[in-house]
Amino acid sequence: MTDAVIERAEPITSRHDPRFEVTLYKYVGVDGAHTLDAYLEHGGYQAARKALAQSPGDVVGTVKSSGLRGRGGAGFPAGVKWSFMPPVDGRQRFIVCNADESEPGSCKDRYLMEDDPHQLLEGVLIAGYAIGASKGVLYIRGEYHHAYQRLTRAIAEARQRCYLGANVLDSGFDFDVVLHRGAGAYICGEETALMNSFEGLRATPRLKPPFPAQAGIYGLPTTINNVTTLASVPHIITRGPDWFATMGTEDSKGIHHVQISGAVNRPGVYEVPMGIGYREIIFDLGGGPIGQAKAFIPGGTSCPLFPFDDEHLDLPMEYASVARAGSMLGTGGLIVIPEDQCIVDAMYNVARFYAHESCGKCTPCREGVGTWLPRMFKKLLAGKGTPDDVDLMEDVVANLRGTAFCPLADACAWPVQTSLKYFRHEYEHLAQHGTPLHPRKDRWQA
Amino acid sequence: MIELETVPRFFAGKGELLEEILGRYPDYGRRSAVMPMLWEVQRAERHVSEARVAEIAEIVGLHATEVKGVMSFYSTYHGEPVGRWHLQVCSTLSCKLRGSDEMCDHLERTLGLVPGETDAEGRFSLQKVECLGSCTTAPVLQVNDSYYEEVSRERLEQLLEALKRDEPPKPWKARRGDNAQLGAAPPAEAGEGGGAA
Repeated sequence: MTDAVIERAEPITSRHDPRFEVTLYKYVGVDGAHTLDAYLEHGGYQAARKALAQSPGDVVGTVKSSGLRGRGGAGFPAGVKWSFMPPVDGRQRFIVCNADESEPGSCKDRYLMEDDPHQLLEGVLIAGYAIGASKGVLYIRGEYHHAYQRLTRAIAEARQRCYLGANVLDSGFDFDVVLHRGAGAYICGEETALMNSFEGLRATPRLKPPFPAQAGIYGLPTTINNVTTLASVPHIITRGPDWFATMGTEDSKGIHHVQISGAVNRPGVYEVPMGIGYREIIFDLGGGPIGQAKAFIPGGTSCPLFPFDDEHLDLPMEYASVARAGSMLGTGGLIVIPEDQCIVDAMYNVARFYAHESCGKCTPCREGVGTWLPRMFKKLLAGKGTPDDVDLMEDVVANLRGTAFCPLADACAWPVQTSLKYFRHEYEHLAQHGTPLHPRKDRWQA
Repeated sequence: MIELETVPRFFAGKGELLEEILGRYPDYGRRSAVMPMLWEVQRAERHVSEARVAEIAEIVGLHATEVKGVMSFYSTYHGEPVGRWHLQVCSTLSCKLRGSDEMCDHLERTLGLVPGETDAEGRFSLQKVECLGSCTTAPVLQVNDSYYEEVSRERLEQLLEALKRDEPPKPWKARRGDNAQLGAAPPAEAGEGGGAA
């Protein structure tokens, strides 16, 4: 019976694999691709037709077996999340698209929304059908005005041609979406804070449980997914779950979007198969670092940083391996930090961001992230620090880990803590000499 | 409240707009309309005054302090008018590594403003903001609602000159990596221009 065992085809884990083709980003950057006509021309809304002809349970099953995990940072299996919704009981249910992309280093969702908004709308429609939600909410960050305009127009087009509204595509399924603009608050990327914001409240996170599936928007059953997660769904429906699962590793299937920024020769958003090595990403796609690099952050500033060495460059980009090495895949926002950049200055920049975005709800974050950390950084950078301050900083970040109401405090503590682990000598140099090991340098291109 | 009686109401005569905004949300979620209404007011008046806050509160059935509480939570609603050209320099890590600190210093010197200030004529406001989500095309400068990506020294000079003449160029949209098709020279984006105030 051995010949009956179906071998999984050799998985694709490199961009050099000839079988790999760019899918989600295929029409991103193509002029005019944002219109409904252009989308229909290359097969748009066929996935919705296919999905709406199946049972919602089958659609959830397809997404589950594809192995798609949340691309907003946490990496939770999308199909499993969908199956958390309670049985249909006549109450209004919501599918929410988290388009509040604000993790520093991340910009993949913006381009998807600006250049291929219908791909996202189709994903939201299919997800809504799968979980029995007749209402979709797209919560987009306020700064993304161009994407907001593009989505507004796409929604109007879709309504006009019956891809949204009553009886979508003659399937008997009613579905419409509301586009809601945020107003400059990073915390709205946290799912329950986003829901408060949508309800017209201050965007502080809610206590979990209850989880959104039980009590989300207006206390009603809600599922929330990231833009890229939802935009992947039409392709999984069209090409089948195996297409997706052939890419990546057993632990991490499918594709991800790496956004390379900082000191590299070819920054940009690159669609990659999961399991690709960081060396391939940074050197083959990103063109290598400009000058010497000393560290890289693998998935947006809330991830612990890695030193720029062979051990970490050889890591495959998959959830488990990166977690074992002490960091996270996050949003895929990869930032390369050059050797001549003072790490204390760079981490102050990160800490300042989180201090600005701390919502003030809980004490550890309000005091630790919002007040103490930026002040200690300022003192150190002003040349007034002492070696004791470095110890105190280490103590403060250790006390931020896992003690706050939501993950924002951890997000701030992680990069700072790892910078102290790998580059403590730079902090100590500043404390002892009052001047940074790497003085400020003009980084602005002519 | 005195102000309310003397200043014409913002949503007076905008019944259709108001209905459209309120219609986006269910009756039990009327409060959801607060943020879109704040946006409408700010877009038209470049800030949201106390009188407008009170008006919005009245429409959704809240106290003015509740609306003010929501508004003050977010960083892109302004209680004071910003200048005609609101320059927002992204200063977070990816942009910093591409020179946003130097760009901001340059703007401070050229405009004679420190971040957070508006000039006496109300032409320019300068602000340092946190990550705008344009990390792969850093450094980025947001002018009112529009992004100008990959801002070099030379291009910033051109932009400032154009803004002084009240002739904002089309937003500079750059694409890199897999979406590089639009990426070449300073590209022009047809229509939809969010450039003008």
